[in-house]
Amino acid sequence: MDIQLKRGLLDVCVLAAIKDQDSYGYRIIKDMKPYIEISESTLYTILKRLEAAHMLTVRKAEHNGRLRKYYHITDEGLGRIEDFKQEWREVMSIYRFVTKEDEPDE
Amino acid sequence: MNKQEFLQRLRSGLTGLPQEDIEDRVSFYDELIDDKMEEGVSEEEAVRQIGPVDDVISQIISDTPLTKLVREKVKPKRSLQAWEIVLLILGAPIWLSLLIALISVILSVYIVLWSVIISLWTVMAVLAVSAVMCIVGTVVIAASGNGMTAIMALGTGMLCAGMAIFMFFGSLAATKGVIWLTKRFALWIKSLFVGKEGQHEQNS
Repeated sequence: MDIQLKRGLLDVCVLAAIKDQDSYGYRIIKDMKPYIEISESTLYTILKRLEAAHMLTVRKAEHNGRLRKYYHITDEGLGRIEDFKQEWREVMSIYRFVTKEDEPDE
Repeated sequence: MNKQEFLQRLRSGLTGLPQEDIEDRVSFYDELIDDKMEEGVSEEEAVRQIGPVDDVISQIISDTPLTKLVREKVKPKRSLQAWEIVLLILGAPIWLSLLIALISVILSVYIVLWSVIISLWTVMAVLAVSAVMCIVGTVVIAASGNGMTAIMALGTGMLCAGMAIFMFFGSLAATKGVIWLTKRFALWIKSLFVGKEGQHEQNS
């Protein structure tokens, strides 16, 4: 996949991974794995960027006698996901236009 | 490599970054390795999955803005004595000019690299314009009844068009190469501020 395209998608995927409940680094990577590969270092950079953009907040909580960081999505983060959906509805209609000739039975 | 070794090497490789940034990175990888191990992955394997520590370090360095690295490097470890401040001001003609020279060298490397690219694209554009002009000229000359000159103009136009197409792909490849080179150069500049040298200074 194109690097620029993947970079844009990764931000939204990370937000989607924490949308329903707060999550932590390792689980975010695991949840995304079936759909898109992300390296640990990349995840770190994205989490920092999203935090700086107020799209998520971080809290530390104890787990098995150690501290773990949990990421919580904010309203801005949810808004980013909605923007993404809207954008991609447009992209999908372009996709259908581009691939129209590939479908013989239409 | 076990977890402690990995984190230790990461920490020493990042010396030169602000201390809290280093701790934040280290605790991030610490947590990840713990979480992998909790799932039944062996310690060695968990570390191996993160990837070579040197790759992790260079990615972190390239993600860190140069200004942050410089600021951390010039930040005094303790408050300056009065005589040090006097020396610093008196020495300004020397260190300031050296600093300006260093920045100029870095800047000229960028300018030289990009001038090459601009020249390549300019030549390509000139060839393309010449091709169009020659072919338009062919029609005009042919209309005035000068057959041989018209054929020559057509040939020149074709030649220019062909070379423009070649130049396009050549320039494109060169641009990509220079972008890659610029990134490597930036990483190299940054690596001057980060790493074991910084650690050595702190220990001494």
